[in-house]
Amino acid sequence: MGNWIVNNGLSAFIVVVWMGINIFLFVWFYFVYYTGSQFFYTRHLIGSALSWARAPAAVLNFNCMLILLPVCRNLLSLLRGSFVCCSRTMRKQLDKNLTFHKLVGYMIALMTAVHTIAHLLNVEWFNNSRQGIYDELSTDLSKLGDEKDTTFLNPHPQQIPIYFVFTSIAGLTGVVITLALILIITSSMEVIRRSYFEVFWYTHHLFIIFFAGLVFHGAGRIVRSQQPTNPPHNVTLCKDRSDEWGEIPQCPNPQFAGGFPQTWMWVIGPMVLYICERLVRFVRYMQTVRYRKIVMHPSKVLELQLVKSGFKMEVGQYVFINCPAISQLEWHPFTMTSAPEEDFLSVHIRSAGDWTDKLINMMQQLPEGAQGPKFVLCFLRLGVDGPFGTASEDVFEYEVSMLVGAGIGVTPFASILKSIWYKFKESNSKLRTRKIYFYWLCRETHAFEWFADLLQGLEREMEERGMGDFLTYKLYLTGWDQSHATHVMVHFDKETDVVTGLKQKTHYGRPIWDKEFEQVREENPMSVVGTFLCGPEALANVLEKKCAKYSDVDPRKTKFYFNKENF
Amino acid sequence: MGQIEWAMWANEQALASGLILLTGGVVGVAGQFRGWPFAAYSVAAGVFVCLLEYPRSRRAKGTSVARTGQYCFTVCVKAFGPLTRNYYVRAFLHAAICVPGGFMLATVLGCVCLGIASLIYLAAAIRGEHWEPILPKKETRKPVPESIKNPPQNPPPRPPPEMRRKRVDDVEGAAYDNPVPVTDE
Repeated sequence: MGNWIVNNGLSAFIVVVWMGINIFLFVWFYFVYYTGSQFFYTRHLIGSALSWARAPAAVLNFNCMLILLPVCRNLLSLLRGSFVCCSRTMRKQLDKNLTFHKLVGYMIALMTAVHTIAHLLNVEWFNNSRQGIYDELSTDLSKLGDEKDTTFLNPHPQQIPIYFVFTSIAGLTGVVITLALILIITSSMEVIRRSYFEVFWYTHHLFIIFFAGLVFHGAGRIVRSQQPTNPPHNVTLCKDRSDEWGEIPQCPNPQFAGGFPQTWMWVIGPMVLYICERLVRFVRYMQTVRYRKIVMHPSKVLELQLVKSGFKMEVGQYVFINCPAISQLEWHPFTMTSAPEEDFLSVHIRSAGDWTDKLINMMQQLPEGAQGPKFVLCFLRLGVDGPFGTASEDVFEYEVSMLVGAGIGVTPFASILKSIWYKFKESNSKLRTRKIYFYWLCRETHAFEWFADLLQGLEREMEERGMGDFLTYKLYLTGWDQSHATHVMVHFDKETDVVTGLKQKTHYGRPIWDKEFEQVREENPMSVVGTFLCGPEALANVLEKKCAKYSDVDPRKTKFYFNKENF
Repeated sequence: MGQIEWAMWANEQALASGLILLTGGVVGVAGQFRGWPFAAYSVAAGVFVCLLEYPRSRRAKGTSVARTGQYCFTVCVKAFGPLTRNYYVRAFLHAAICVPGGFMLATVLGCVCLGIASLIYLAAAIRGEHWEPILPKKETRKPVPESIKNPPQNPPPRPPPEMRRKRVDDVEGAAYDNPVPVTDE
């Protein structure tokens, strides 16, 4: 339990606070409409469905305000920058932005369902009152507004409910934004988002319709409350004498007015922030990016070295790249593989889908004589938005770092290891790290020959400086066969590995994490260990559990903190 | 990521529409709304659409993720053969199913959603996609080759196969050949 708090305490606290606010808003508004005397007559017509519609509405306002914030990546970057003074636990929360975005999305979906069902009942019951199906009071209340000096309470006209819904502001906008929401939700299911990102990405832009509709949803002011009159209309006395309203002095005609629309006040701030965010992205899109070098690695990996003025990066950060020649709207995230100490930014792009395939093809089919970086600029303009930070920029702040890269997930660590290399060269005093454990898991190494090159260089450098034990790295090849194994057996006595040419021998199969954690703990008692993963969700769950298991609440003992890159 | 398979989205959308149609229908029947027989129809239609759409199709390329416990449904849906395989059929089926839902407010949302799902299915069908069941792969064991059933003919050490043929000619090599034919009892 204590271990779990060390690792997840703050996230859990934030979720609890968020949930607490939701519950408070729901209960509070439920009782405002359930007990408020100004809604007595409204309740007489539609009963508790009034509260059941209004309470989710309040929660929806709150969550629609929140939902845009986690996706303002430039804003989050700014926040991260200004939180430098705060602890890394604080900043780490900003990396869970998409998880929070999803959580808020689920809440919006749930509340929309409750709100919609309640309004379905409301419309039906308003209509029944209008038709005179209920008691005399309901019929009389529905007639208010038809005569002079009265104001209406029942917004439902003498029409069928469908007609009413599609002709009133609240009804029409409600149906439209619910449809938009449903489409957004169905297209952002895991299977769609992971496999057909474009479908998810373009459909998500229905949020523009959603917010436009949301702002005007309350403009019709059909949630009506009783207004004070002179002489006052005493509900307890007059509710049974509706036939005498306006005729006897104790019971004047009750007057009603619609509530002031509030939703726009909740969402206008985040909407403005989001527009700023998109403007920033547009500016980034317009800025010139120059090519420094284009390298085509084996296994269809394209390395782009780019130069952009005023661009500053940190290790393990990523950029969004846009190629107008392929798509004007799509921005794709790529982890930078260059170190902050270098005067350019580089990304390694592996062929993995339509967009990357097109980009690689275009680079390969550049017209003859246009291979020089300057020419490429005319043919293939790129937009670069970023850099955006994730947790791995904290690597140097832990005494001991465990870096786990799986498959293409080694890319952020390329930047980190390079940076360490530079920091060593300059004997940088800021380097707090004493030891780094690097685990590289991959199915086949062909796609990462460029990375093995980097490791080799690093290895040489470290040995020359007699810092051999600073970096411990272990390679795990998860896809191997018998011929592979035989090959390894034959070359067992060789000093370098047969696959990578590195001093460190490749392991076959997956790492036994218990053993690894145990070893790290033994070698580093009393240390704070940062565990960094860039890889699949299943591995993240395993590592997170191991981090919790091997951490000790006792501040004098080894503690593991888990960090994950989000993609 | 590869070619977009629209049917995967259509499936999500149709399943959601089924649930929405069902919910709207339940509200309509429970509240005895005007025209509640339409709501009753929607309950039935919603359940039908959910049952039909629950088993996810196999993806043309890449790993397919089955929904929890979809196996029984897959078998049932597969039993209808070309009717459930063809997405044109689904597109028109959904378009037809959704119409009565439009006659009452409680089911309008489900009706429109299902209509949209039908359109996406139509797009999928035009692009030539079709439903394929996700079934556990049957492990096909290769029959053991005849030669393995027999006991070894030569005592070890055995020369590599390409050397073996020469043996018949030279005397020393012939020593390796078994004088008595050995057979499996």
